[in-house]
Amino acid sequence: MTHGGNGHDYPTPPPASERRVLGHAVTRIEDRPLVTGRGRYAGDINFPHQLHMRVVRSPKAHGRIISVDASVALKMPGVVAVWTNDDIADLSPIDFRADKNATGIREFRQPALAKTYVRYIGDPVAAVFADDPYVAEDAAEHVALAIEELPVVMSASDPPGEFEPGRSSEAIVLHHSFGDIEAAFKNAHAVVEIDVQTGRHSGVPMETRGAIGVYDAAKDLLELHGAAKIPHRNRETLCRMLKRSPSSLHVHESHVGGGFGIRGELYPEDLLVLVAAMRFKRPVKWIEDRREHLMCANQGREQRHLARIAVDKNGHILGIEDEIFHDQGAYIRTHGVNVPNRTMCMMTGAYKVPAYRAKARVRLTNKTPAATYRAPGRYESTFVRSRLMDAVAAKLGLDPVEVRRRNLITADELPYVIAFNEPGIEELEFDSGDYPALLDKALKAFGWDKLQAVMKRRRAAGELVGAGVAIFMEESGRGPSDNARIKVDPDGDVELITGGASLGQGFETSMAQICAEALGVDYQRVRVIHGQTDLIDHGIGAHAARATVLTGGAVHVTATMVREKAIEFAAELLQTPAADLDIVDGMVMRRGAKDGGPSISLGDIAKRVAPGSKLLRGRDPQLAAHGWYNTDHTVFPYGVHLAVVRVDRDTGKVAVERFMVAYDVGRAVNPLLIEGQLVGGCVQGLGGALSEEFVYDESGEPLSATFADYLMPTLHEVPDVEVLLTEDAPSPRHPLGLKGAGEGGINGAGGVIASAIDDALQMPGAITRLPVTPQRIRELLRRRATA
Amino acid sequence: MERARAAPAPEKIRRASAWTDKKETMKPASFRYHAPKTLDEAVAVLAEVAPDDGRVLAGGQSLVPIMAFRLAKPTHLVDINGIKELAQIKVDGGKLRIGACVRHAAFYEPVCDGPLGRLLATVVRSIAHHPIRTRGTFCGSVAHADPASEWCAVVATLDGEMVAQSQRGERIIPAKDYFAGIMTTTLQEDELLTEVRLPMPAPDTRVGFQEFSRRAGDFALSMAVTIYRLEGGKIADPRVGIGGAEPRARRIAEAEAALRGKQPGADVFNAAGEAAAAAIDPLEDIHTGAEYRRDLVRAMTRRALDSAA
Repeated sequence: MTHGGNGHDYPTPPPASERRVLGHAVTRIEDRPLVTGRGRYAGDINFPHQLHMRVVRSPKAHGRIISVDASVALKMPGVVAVWTNDDIADLSPIDFRADKNATGIREFRQPALAKTYVRYIGDPVAAVFADDPYVAEDAAEHVALAIEELPVVMSASDPPGEFEPGRSSEAIVLHHSFGDIEAAFKNAHAVVEIDVQTGRHSGVPMETRGAIGVYDAAKDLLELHGAAKIPHRNRETLCRMLKRSPSSLHVHESHVGGGFGIRGELYPEDLLVLVAAMRFKRPVKWIEDRREHLMCANQGREQRHLARIAVDKNGHILGIEDEIFHDQGAYIRTHGVNVPNRTMCMMTGAYKVPAYRAKARVRLTNKTPAATYRAPGRYESTFVRSRLMDAVAAKLGLDPVEVRRRNLITADELPYVIAFNEPGIEELEFDSGDYPALLDKALKAFGWDKLQAVMKRRRAAGELVGAGVAIFMEESGRGPSDNARIKVDPDGDVELITGGASLGQGFETSMAQICAEALGVDYQRVRVIHGQTDLIDHGIGAHAARATVLTGGAVHVTATMVREKAIEFAAELLQTPAADLDIVDGMVMRRGAKDGGPSISLGDIAKRVAPGSKLLRGRDPQLAAHGWYNTDHTVFPYGVHLAVVRVDRDTGKVAVERFMVAYDVGRAVNPLLIEGQLVGGCVQGLGGALSEEFVYDESGEPLSATFADYLMPTLHEVPDVEVLLTEDAPSPRHPLGLKGAGEGGINGAGGVIASAIDDALQMPGAITRLPVTPQRIRELLRRRATA
Repeated sequence: MERARAAPAPEKIRRASAWTDKKETMKPASFRYHAPKTLDEAVAVLAEVAPDDGRVLAGGQSLVPIMAFRLAKPTHLVDINGIKELAQIKVDGGKLRIGACVRHAAFYEPVCDGPLGRLLATVVRSIAHHPIRTRGTFCGSVAHADPASEWCAVVATLDGEMVAQSQRGERIIPAKDYFAGIMTTTLQEDELLTEVRLPMPAPDTRVGFQEFSRRAGDFALSMAVTIYRLEGGKIADPRVGIGGAEPRARRIAEAEAALRGKQPGADVFNAAGEAAAAAIDPLEDIHTGAEYRRDLVRAMTRRALDSAA
């Protein structure tokens, strides 16, 4: 068996209690260098004779470049060159990876250096190359830019302006629909409309971006170091843009201090260091500073939704209609229009919605470009959906939890297919689950009913306290394929080469566990390689909750191949039928045998099948395999978020007293790591719900370019997040039943906090905008007092 | 940067260390570093470099970050951390004298008996975070005069005195003549703030402090320092200082009047809060409108009074 997946249903995988290491909360194998200060991040990578790059960025949010004068900078000692777009005129704008063939939006791609126009503050205009990073920075300050200012568009709700003469800043209008929406609203018992927005925020990894380009003229080999997330897919894009063959361009990932979807995409600086490395025949290093990061790395989430919902008299949904104003920022980056598409695609969540029609207006604004951030489109759509459900509950006088329960897709309706009218839009096929059951488990674990009584008492005593529930679908493990190479060394150590990537999420440990389970070795003896395009030609990377599912599938397939090979040779060596053999702690032995029976270690087998061994008899040498996992399916985990908040009526400050993430992951590879993922995501979600916001003034000046202004939650602001991790619904589409867990902690955080604050204020529908700042709460309370 | 490096050092300026002669590069724009060992030396260097955008470096917790962002590019830094006499804190003549290099963290435990030590130990917990408190200095905050500085609010409320030293001599500046606006004081550019003096309130004085910030350790959007005594059950000698809400911290006479001679209680404290909220001329920014700033002043004043002990 060299291929897994493809359409058929797998048997239900055993629970962790019947497994040795898979599914167990074992400790991480990747931490030793990280906690002893021996991590190797982009900033730690250096090459002899390297140059350093500093980018000169636009100080204006929109304008025409009149001139770039580098004469002073060029005279400064140590400065090698200053480039403008003229120096890279043959380089195409940064290409899409997701929608390679996208039409109608290619004109909005970002050039590596601005050509005629600058479109946001931070837009790269020139690049300074020098012997020293700070000489480059000093010199960059002496590059004089003359820019003729043009009118800015600062909101996607405003009428579109011009991206360039004759081209509207509304790049494209996207549509998703199914069912008879006209009939739904015509037959409705009630219709509720909302006008809500999610704020602009993003992942802010501890490590800023970094890129080191190296060109080896002797081998005609170009290398990009400091990569993350999707090294292999980025190589494809880079090869296309730089017109090189894949074997002449390699991308290398080292340690990565957080990704969250924004790190590891291709940015202007990645292209610049590569082109410069070839041009100067010297390595070129660029490390982003924090201010640049907060002005230039992908931001996200900013959408306004004019949504309405039609329901019958019992609160059953008849139809949902939505018009989305998607603030794309200054350019369309590598994701194309993935975020608005995912928003529309996932809008109906875990509910039965007979009819749906959504329209997304993708509009360019003079702000930092937007792209995917952890749970792209889902955080947004869950917020909108939650607001709709609360609005229905308020309108019909129903309990908000009951309205949700009534509309949930039930277990016997699975698999549940959502097919869209529009050609080319992939259908959703919810694979497995019991959504009402998870809701009940979560409510019970949270003590929901008792909580209602407690809150009633507290409210009577004058407190503003409230609770909310948000229910969501996640999507993960989208195909098509990933692969892995496994080799057992003669000493029994195992090398596992994957095309995955590690952003710090525990990828190495997870893959080692999957490998160790199938192969029968100690997981700590598995050396996991990732993010190296020169060691394996294909890789899916770490994005969209794919790594564990897809790469994990490939590791399972490949480790099983190695196991079969080991048992085949052991059967001959031990003169025991293969069917009677098992592998335990790296020893092949008779199944169930205690000490003393015949056995042979995997390392010894590896030695015995070395090239030239007589044992081979025509079979390939080495205890090794290369396997693929292919699938046409996405798997759909699901979750429930519950929160209790307390509002300070005098200051408007919201304290999150409790937060629970209930999440069904199908089968957990490592519950400890999943809990870490869920809690970390939750904290980021709370940031977007309550405090994190990239704010711009009316001229386009970013006002959140320091950590004093961009308010990520700290230990003081977050509660101990409670996690209820269930494994009730292993995916039948995956050999190990796995579903992803990277985004389940963040998905519902905006929605649930809005619901809980509404409840605390006893003002249904009050929260229409994230983040909910204390000032906005005070405005609501004031409005209520004067009403 | 280049021009600063290339500028020949004036003969009179003593080089602090050999490495300043090397063309070391760094994240901030280049500057010349001076490390005087005595106060005389410090004011001499400051007089020399101040006109050329020379700045004093104490804890560096405000200056260094903005230099790292290159939002500030001083051409000279006069590092006063080596001047031993500036690290002292002592009670003298009924006043607490806080030297220029005394760190925030020095106030964790009361530095003196009575209400002042208690107040300072309460306030220090609201200043940024622990690592910052171990480096940043009391006088540095007062010299920087950020509107959201807790120490500035304390100094204004207590009518503290600033001791300014220059080659021209020593000058004592009372708080009411010291704070001039957002990050602006009446210190002259050649003057070094060597000491802040705080009067010691009577032992039966009640002191309270409250502030509001978005997150723990953030710059406060408003704060109140409240001080009073009881005479025959009535409030005497009330002081209400508000920080973070106006360009500079100051006492609010209207709020003090609302307290004077009254029996402490919710109604009186509310009235003081209302008076303070009405009296201020609020700072406004994109995150904080005037009305919201008044909300916070009202709440912080009342809560500070509630907490006063």
